[in-house]
Amino acid sequence: MRIVIAEDLALLRDGLIRLLQAHDFEVVAAVDNGPSLLRALTVHRPDVAVVDVRLPPSFTDEGLRAAIEARERVPGLPVLVLSQYVEPLYARELLSDRGGGVGYLLKDRVSNVGQFVDAVHRVAAGGTAMDPEVISQLLARHTRNEPLRQLTPREREVLGLMAEGRSNAAIAGRLFITEKAVSKHTNNIFSKLALPPSEDDNRRVLAVLAYLEA
Amino acid sequence: MATSRRAGRLSLLSSALGYLALVPPGLVLFVLVAGATVLIPAWVGLPLVLAVLALLRSYTGLYRTRAARILGTPVERPYRPVDGRGWFGRLRRVAGDPATWRDIAWLPLNATVGLALRVFPVALLLGGVGALAFPLYWPALPPTGEPNWIGVVPVTDQAGANLVPLQGVVLLLLWWALSPWLARADALLARWLLAPTERSRLTSRVRELAQTRAETIDTQAAELRRIERDLHDGVQARLVALGMNLGMAEEVLASDPAAAKDLLAEAQRATSSALSELREVVRGIHPPVLADRGVDGAVRALALRSPLPTQVEMDIGGGRLPPPVESAAYFAVAEALTNVIKHSDASRAWVRLRKAGGRLTIVVGDDGKGGADPEGGTGLRGIQRRLASFDGTFEIASPVGGPTIVTMELPCESSSPRTSPSSGTA
Repeated sequence: MRIVIAEDLALLRDGLIRLLQAHDFEVVAAVDNGPSLLRALTVHRPDVAVVDVRLPPSFTDEGLRAAIEARERVPGLPVLVLSQYVEPLYARELLSDRGGGVGYLLKDRVSNVGQFVDAVHRVAAGGTAMDPEVISQLLARHTRNEPLRQLTPREREVLGLMAEGRSNAAIAGRLFITEKAVSKHTNNIFSKLALPPSEDDNRRVLAVLAYLEA
Repeated sequence: MATSRRAGRLSLLSSALGYLALVPPGLVLFVLVAGATVLIPAWVGLPLVLAVLALLRSYTGLYRTRAARILGTPVERPYRPVDGRGWFGRLRRVAGDPATWRDIAWLPLNATVGLALRVFPVALLLGGVGALAFPLYWPALPPTGEPNWIGVVPVTDQAGANLVPLQGVVLLLLWWALSPWLARADALLARWLLAPTERSRLTSRVRELAQTRAETIDTQAAELRRIERDLHDGVQARLVALGMNLGMAEEVLASDPAAAKDLLAEAQRATSSALSELREVVRGIHPPVLADRGVDGAVRALALRSPLPTQVEMDIGGGRLPPPVESAAYFAVAEALTNVIKHSDASRAWVRLRKAGGRLTIVVGDDGKGGADPEGGTGLRGIQRRLASFDGTFEIASPVGGPTIVTMELPCESSSPRTSPSSGTA
């Protein structure tokens, strides 16, 4: 699988390259600033890109902007954005084209290699990988939301994992329940929140995230 | 700038009449000041002088308002704060304030020059109207046999009386032409003695700057202590624990791989917690989204995190504000929203930022229960202090029953060379 990496700190960039190569990714470009990232993405058209939010020359959200611009030029280009902090505002911007193939994770998640590689694969396959921190911040906004309060604790747990972009199988594995139980929970969640039910994993995530961001 | 709001001739007239009526009470005040001062040795004089002087300040305040309206620019109160201890201490403060003496000096001036400046246009108008109507009432005047001198014309018959209105026209034209200038002269006279002198303006400015600077230094020191404590108790402690875990894992790696694995997993969790605490510390110092997107994006991000539906309206142009202003504005909005969420029981909130005339106006409102007390919470006082070091202002309107509206204003130039403590320089 061909991948582009954008990270300005050499230490982390080398670490990411090593880690991803060890998991059978072919690193076609590793860049350290916004303009080269945009070029690399549009020229190489990788299967997936792992991008640091903050990049030179401006040392602001350059990486995010380059990723969004690249996705405008190459619709659906899978991008996983890494950051030292997460901001629901940026998640909203990444998701706004509703194309899928988007990830937004805290940098610390890289240290859990298995889960991180899984997230890269999920994004490459057109899925979503939202950081649990984003989801909990979004959920915290809805403390007074009536439909959300009607969810059982287990349903809230399932909602959180679903919003992160995990499949039913993955949720079942995480919660030590059967996939059937998960789909029962998701059906309950969708009917309590009055969302149109969807079998498609990706559309499901987008619907839930849109609900939480509203 | 406020030329359009300057008073018209007729309102000048009514104002002149009203302030004419105020002259005698002013003279009474003058006498009272003198009388009370004489009574100071008899103790009752002390509170009496203070009371009379307070009354005098309200009285001159009326004239400041009038002068401001006529001139179209604000006329500030020049007084130093009366913060002496006891009646004698306060009297010393008041007596030591040159503004007090200028007030007193102004009283006789107001009763003479001021009076004349106000009587003259009234006399011109009344004389003009009287002259216009003269032919009508001349026949009713008792015949004296002498010519009736009206102005410069001796009137002996109806034909002569019919010429008098010409004089009336001249008088009315004079009134029309002169009354704005007379009012202006009157107002300038009041401003000369009642507005702060350049010296007192600078003195009060220096006092204000010294105070806000001291507060800024205190706040900064407290901030640094807080950051040091956060790092010491949080991140540093976690890194120590992390090092210990790794050391222990190394020791048991050969003998007990399973235990080593647990220790490594724990070490990994420790790095996560350390990073998450570090994020909180950074957010408290300078939120990354503020660095990325400026106050516009940062306030929108705040609204997106808020548990209340929060509407954001932004009218601050495209460019970035100076970083200190951005930071102050962001933390002011954050604190105000935190207050809304914690105390107001509101169902929605709104934030409006507007940049106009070199000043940034921030309004945060909610539909909650009101009754917020700016003295009550450390949060609101913190905003006030932070804004004061920028020459910013902070106002809160929060009637019981709501809504609460916090209005904050700060200059967009972070180091403006202004010398006037409030808005609207002439």
